[in-house]
Order: sequence, then structure tokens, then C-alpha cells
Amino acid sequence: MLAESVKSFAKEQLAPKIEHLDEIEGFNDAAFRKLGDLGLLGITVAEEDGGAGMGAVAATIAMEEMAAVDASTTLSYLAHSILCVNQIGRNGSKEQKQKYLPKLISGEHIGGMGMSEPGAGSDALGMLTRAEKQANGAYKINGSKTWITNGPNGDIFYCYAKTGPTKKDLSTFIIEKDMVGFSKGKKFKKMGMRASPTGELWFTDVMVPEANRVGEENSSVKSMMRNLDIERITIAGLSLGIARNCIEVATQYSKERKQFGKHIGAFQQVQERLTEAAAWYEACRAITYQAAKTWDLGLMQGKEASMMAAKAKLQAAQMATQVGLDAIQILGGYGYTREFPVERQMRDAKLIEIGAGTNEVLRLVIARQMLGEIADELK
Amino acid sequence: MALRVLVGCKRVIDYAVRIRVKPDKTGVVTDGIKHSMNPFDEIAVEEAVRMKEKKIASEVIAVSCGPMQSQETLRTALAMGVDRGIHVDVSGKDYELLQPIHVSKILAKIAQEEKCDIILLGKQAIDDDSNQTAQMTASLLNWPQATYASKIEKTNGELQVLREIDGGLETVRVKIPAVISADLRLNEPRYATLPNIMKAKKKPIKKVTPGDLGVETDPRIEILSVEDPPERQAGIKVEDVDTLIAKLKEVGRI
Repeated sequence: MLAESVKSFAKEQLAPKIEHLDEIEGFNDAAFRKLGDLGLLGITVAEEDGGAGMGAVAATIAMEEMAAVDASTTLSYLAHSILCVNQIGRNGSKEQKQKYLPKLISGEHIGGMGMSEPGAGSDALGMLTRAEKQANGAYKINGSKTWITNGPNGDIFYCYAKTGPTKKDLSTFIIEKDMVGFSKGKKFKKMGMRASPTGELWFTDVMVPEANRVGEENSSVKSMMRNLDIERITIAGLSLGIARNCIEVATQYSKERKQFGKHIGAFQQVQERLTEAAAWYEACRAITYQAAKTWDLGLMQGKEASMMAAKAKLQAAQMATQVGLDAIQILGGYGYTREFPVERQMRDAKLIEIGAGTNEVLRLVIARQMLGEIADELK
Repeated sequence: MALRVLVGCKRVIDYAVRIRVKPDKTGVVTDGIKHSMNPFDEIAVEEAVRMKEKKIASEVIAVSCGPMQSQETLRTALAMGVDRGIHVDVSGKDYELLQPIHVSKILAKIAQEEKCDIILLGKQAIDDDSNQTAQMTASLLNWPQATYASKIEKTNGELQVLREIDGGLETVRVKIPAVISADLRLNEPRYATLPNIMKAKKKPIKKVTPGDLGVETDPRIEILSVEDPPERQAGIKVEDVDTLIAKLKEVGRI
């Protein structure tokens, strides 16, 4: 029923706009706010905090359905609901939840997360943004964040900063866009995900009250890593949605397009692409929902859970890009034009091989877990 | 006086599915085919829920007659805001040959048992297009009926209904209790929101059989054959307007 509801929402509210918004690098603001009316923006937040009280499986279903139509809005949805709202709901104090969640869940405010920096992408803990504690308990933050989904259009950011001398001395702060010294850098022009604004966040002596620190000082590494897990699981759902639609479009086309007097689906080279795509998609679907279910039931903890999430995303992301390329190839000249959605969807799919952990970092995560005994040599 | 509203929810083959006739011509293929709530019933549900939101209605009860899967259709109604569901279990041959007269008797009986004031139904179902259930239900209960409603308002213990009729609109007033059937333009059904989908899981669905209600569902008809509509023939091109008119006259179109 959730899938049906999201599907019809996507068909009516997202589908008519995405082609144009991709072209102009816009954002479907009206539809995004309506996701609040649907109750999707606080999907993983407990009911007593105003959320829907659901888990990774539900979020993954919602993202798969949405992404089949519009991956850009889905990415913004991920940054908002999973990276910002989910984290405040999970780690925030009662006061922080009361202050920030209602407007984020209704869609009045748009949220994002600040982790990556110009010099700290895959090496996330190498971040340089620092928060210095002041005499009055407040923190002065200096530094910058980059590749921030919802950066240009967001109101509330869940940001990480160094508060101690070692790599692991990481704390979290809730940043409001109007805080003095906080500003937004440029909005990036991108290959895909063009209807999801991405930008930079700049911190110049931003004074943040102690009440906006989430959890204890120097305690955020664990919650950041745990959040990466659910981010990777749900974003794998995004890849699934893209791939599913590419397969549907290519299959339909193969039954309609005739060359040499036959439907092109009758040619074995086309069949090979279609069938491999369908099988790989199903395999990724299985592992992704398995990871989501495992997360919801809390069956795996720590590194084991991280490895499962990493495996799901590593496969789903590569699969979606390849399926997108295959769909373009099957559609031939038409596939390369913007007459069909597969060209856009392939560009969108490529991002998932980079964002939320590059393929390379995910392999590293998996290797560390598999080859734990020789961990010293892996460094 | 707040009213109790009964809405009908028929489970039908989804409107977007291409219908295929079974090879043995006894019906259409339903196995593994996507089903959903009859779109006109969705409009009826939406209207009933709006009545509740406007405090015109105190309770909205949805009924679906059919096999076990009808409960999924009821869940959709519950997620849209209906308070509780009644699943009238009809399966096998009885279900395949279930007719509007059977459903009308079931609805009439439930309306009496549940002390309902309004029965709100879709004007017709998109599968058999019978367009009879609302009318027959009203007859069985001897209640007034307002069919093809495109607007419903409550005025002093009566309902004023704008009806879509051939060539225009008609406004009628009916006393309560009444049976109303929803037309396409009555409203736009909402999406089920996530919190309401969750709530719907906890709302009660009562299962009854037609026997419990004292209604017979023995088949009254026999299906002899179900055929695909004839394939459309290709047209022809003509030289000029005169030939066109001559040809049209020939086939009796003008």
C-alpha cells in the first residue's frame, strides 16, 4: 500500500516536471513539501516524535518507487529524511527533537547533512572543520563542507566537526541557515541528479549554542557510521528504482520497435541485455531488502551490519549504471536523446557509485571485515 | 445529528491493466493480475471521509464482497480514513457470478444492522459496468436515491445532491436515510498517507458470510461465452469530399 501510494504520487506530482527540471537544474519544491502531507518526510522517526515510526524497509520501498520516476527528488528526500531527520530523531535530545522535527517532518523546513569536505571525501574522518568550545559553553565553528545535497535550498543541517586533537574526536551540531557566519557557497552544475540542488556550506566563526550539540562531545563517530549504513541501504533502493524503470522502458521498446521486419526483442543480443539486466536487478533487490530488514530487526551490529549495507549499495549502484547504459543501447538513437527517460536515468544512476561512499570505499569496508586478521597490513 | 455512512468498495481489475479473455472463453484472466479499488468507489470513500472530517458523519464503515483479497481493498479504504471494514466472504462460483442484486441485498442488510443513515456507492464498477447496485439497494430499503452525484451538501437534516444527467445538472433533495452514488467529478480521492497506512493496519475488519446476513448468493445467471471485442478494421482513403459523403451515406452514417 505504501508502494502504491508513493507510486501514484510520483506519477502525478513528479513525472510531469522532471524532464524540464533536469534541463534547467531546478528543484520540485512544491512536490517536496507535499511529501510532508503524505507523512513520508519523517518516515523513520518514532510516532511520539511526530514521525511514521517505520524503518529502513519502508524508506527503501518509498525511495525505489520515487526513483523509478524522479531520482533527483528522491536524492533530496534521502538527504532530508535519512541524513538529517532520521539522525535528529535517533540521536537528538528531547528539546532538539521538539524544536526541529515538527517543521522538518511537515515539509516546512528542508534538511541536509554536512560531512564531506573539499579535502575529506572518502577519508571522511580527515575533515578539518573545527568547533572550538567557548567560555560560555557555545562553540565557534570554522571550516567548510562540500557536495551537500539540499545545500542551496536547505534550512537545517546536521553537521559534523572536529572538537579534539585526534581523528575520532568528532561532534555533531544542528546548524540553522540563518546563524551568523554561516553561508552557502556555490551551487554545483552536475552530470546527473540535476533536479536535486547540491552546494557548499561555509562556516566563518559561526557561534553555535551548546544546546545545538547532538550527543556528547567527541562521541559522533559511531552514530555517523551507523547513519552511513542506513544511507547506503536506502540509496541502494534509489538505484533499484532507476534500474527497474530502465528495464521496463527497454522491454516495452523491444516489443514495439521493428527492424529487419522483426521486433528487436526477437534478436538474441537484445535479449541478452534485457535478461541480464532483469536478473541483476532482482539479485540487487534481494540483497538490498535483506539488508534493510536486517537493519530494522537489529540482527546485525557494528561492522557486520556495515558490511551488509556496503555490499548492497556496491552492487545496486553498479547495476543501475550498467542497466542504464544497456537500456540506452537497446533504444539506440532514441536512447541517446532526451525523448526517452533512460538517458537521464543513466546520468542519475552514476552518482550512486560515488555518493554515500564510492565503490572503492565500500570495497575497502568489505575487505576490512573479510580480512580482519591481517588488518594491520591493510592500512 | 451525526450520521453513520456505509460505503461500498469493490475489488476490480486495475484500470491500467490490459484485459485478456481466458482461452476457454468462460471469463477474463484474473490470476496474477493487479487489482485495486473500483475508482468510483474510491470517490465514494473520499466523500464519506470528507463527511466525517466535516463532522457530518460520525462513523464510516466500508463493505467489500468477494474473496479473501477483498480485505486488501478494505485496507486501502481504511488508510484513506474509513473507521472499520466489513468483509463479506464470497468465493468460487458464487463470486464469479455475483450480481448487483446479491450485493444490494447484502448492503441493505448491513445498513439495517449497523443502523446506517447514508449508503454511498460508486455509480458503477469498471469491470461489469452494471450501474444497478445503488438503485436496487435503495429499492430494497425503500429509501430515496440520488445517483450520479457531483456535489453533496447537508441542509437541515436532508441532503442536497447535484446530479449529472444527460445534457446538464439536476439538483435534488433527499430525506435521510438515503442511497447516493458517486460520479466522476464529485471529488479527487486523496493519497493514503504513511501514518494512516500504519493506522489502517490496526483498524478492525469483520468477516461475515452472506449466510450470516440471511442473503442467498446462488448464481442466477450462467455465462455462455466471453468474447474479445471485434478487432477494428482498417479505414480507407477516398479521393475527395464528394466521394467521402457518398461513402458515408452508403454505410448509413449520415
